[in-house]
Amino acid sequence: MSRIVSITLQNNDDARPIIEAIEKDNPEATVNIYPAMVKIDCEGRLIIKQETVEELLGREWDVQELHLSLVSIAGNVDEEDDYFELSWNV
Amino acid sequence: MSGKRKSKLGIKQRYSMLTRGLGWDTTYQDMDKVFPYDNYEGIIIHDWDGWEDPFRLTMDAYWKFQSEKEKKLYAVIDSFAQNNGHLGITDARYVNALKLFLTGVSPLEYQAARGFTHVGRQFRGVGPRVACQMQAIDELRHVQTQIHSMSHYNKYFDGLHSAPHMHDRVWYLSVPKSFFDDARTAGPFEFLTSISFAFEYVLTNLLFVPFMSGAAFNGDMATVTFGFSAQSDEARHMTLGLEVIKFMLEQDERNIPIVQRWMDKWFWRGTRMLALVAMMMDYMLPKRVMSWREAWDIYFTEAGGALFADLARYGIKPPKYADIATKEAEHISHQAWHIFYNYTHAAAFHTWVPEKDELDWLSEKYPNTFDKYYRPRLEYLDKEEKAGRRFYNDTLPMLCQVCQIPMGFTDMDDPTTISFEVSEYNGDKYHTCSLGCRDIFDYEPAKYVQAWLPVHQIYQGNCGGAEVPDVLKWYNFNLGADNLEYNGSPDQKLWDEWQAHRKKA
Repeated sequence: MSRIVSITLQNNDDARPIIEAIEKDNPEATVNIYPAMVKIDCEGRLIIKQETVEELLGREWDVQELHLSLVSIAGNVDEEDDYFELSWNV
Repeated sequence: MSGKRKSKLGIKQRYSMLTRGLGWDTTYQDMDKVFPYDNYEGIIIHDWDGWEDPFRLTMDAYWKFQSEKEKKLYAVIDSFAQNNGHLGITDARYVNALKLFLTGVSPLEYQAARGFTHVGRQFRGVGPRVACQMQAIDELRHVQTQIHSMSHYNKYFDGLHSAPHMHDRVWYLSVPKSFFDDARTAGPFEFLTSISFAFEYVLTNLLFVPFMSGAAFNGDMATVTFGFSAQSDEARHMTLGLEVIKFMLEQDERNIPIVQRWMDKWFWRGTRMLALVAMMMDYMLPKRVMSWREAWDIYFTEAGGALFADLARYGIKPPKYADIATKEAEHISHQAWHIFYNYTHAAAFHTWVPEKDELDWLSEKYPNTFDKYYRPRLEYLDKEEKAGRRFYNDTLPMLCQVCQIPMGFTDMDDPTTISFEVSEYNGDKYHTCSLGCRDIFDYEPAKYVQAWLPVHQIYQGNCGGAEVPDVLKWYNFNLGADNLEYNGSPDQKLWDEWQAHRKKA
């Protein structure tokens, strides 16, 4: 049975550094590009790290800014001050 | 940088202050009297503090992010209207999907606002109460932004002038309307299972994600922007749906069979309603992103599979009849489109036979079914239409007592036989379209015998008169403009004029 977690973000300027950070921190992830949106799938677990997004953006980034670009998710959410994680229980 | 952050409360503490620090137990009145609805469904809750909202949004953050979303959205809506964005869509046939959306889906957002406002009052736990109240505000925002975005199309295209009126009266709109009526008249936990879990978590992705991507692909900047703006809230609503399920299951094992039955029921009701979305994806997008079948595989088989594997540790099984629903993904868009093709003289949007390259696309996407069952029928209808004999079905269809869809869907193992179930209650016979709808009826017949079935109501003389035109006037349709075949419609005439101007320029 597939245990894929997934996040879909808008394909726009706000989301691009987040997408790039996800690719960096989750080398296993698959990035699917559709009109206007990007769906990123990963087996079991996927993390967005504040530190990585801030490095790419060159400014402070509140993890909750994610709400502005989010289209959909699949997986249990763990939202903290410095990361956002999706996972299925093993 | 980090020093500044440390001086504030952490995200978990802030959320806990909001959802626990601001709640209290009543003392002048018994808590059971203040919250009379949260235990009659049989759901047993031992500890409301066991509720953990994964999105820990506090009010200040909520207003900040929502206002930013609104500013972005209205900048786009404004610019779309100001710059005649409707001229940039791929084809005027596409607008018919928006007509169905505005009359069928947007009023559901309002129904959701009403539902969440109600249950947001009814839970004694502060966590779910806050989450429901925020969602109620979100839903109100969704209906408003959808009306604002689509009002631009209403200036040029037919069928968009009277959505709330139509939603309450028109035969096919009773399908989504009755879905929400059913949910809102259930108890608060069933409401959250139906809307937050079955609809938002398991099924909404099929509507808002690939369809909106399709809207972008077809040049509809206004719709994709409201769609994704709404969807940014939906992602939060989905987590509420998953949280309420886990919360009920973790609180007491006696909750498990109740939750399972609700999941089975609302999964089935949801898939029935999505038949409308299936045909929007396969037939109403001139440029297509993915087929309904492909969307089903990604968003139900794959995403739903992982979800139900995760819930298996609680003893939860995948929804009953999920196997039938997956078989239906090969057929349902074609069968639904055919029903509307039959009855488009009584609908506030147009239908048509797809063009040759579109039929080829469907053949390619549905190798097991399309050429065998559906293409020959469409080609025949096309020939008839071109010979001046456009087919309209002049009798009224029988409706399913539960989902209210005309009984035109077939047995999935035998797509030439109509699927048909009969139940008896108090000496009367009631008809349903499927095993899924029959089970729902049989469990609560006293509820579903009260269904306001449009065809019955027409025959009883409650819908404006005895003749079809009387009924359509009662629906507030502009006859000859809103309804009938797309070819020869005022929409098509206008669109062709615009295209001719473009060529001249």
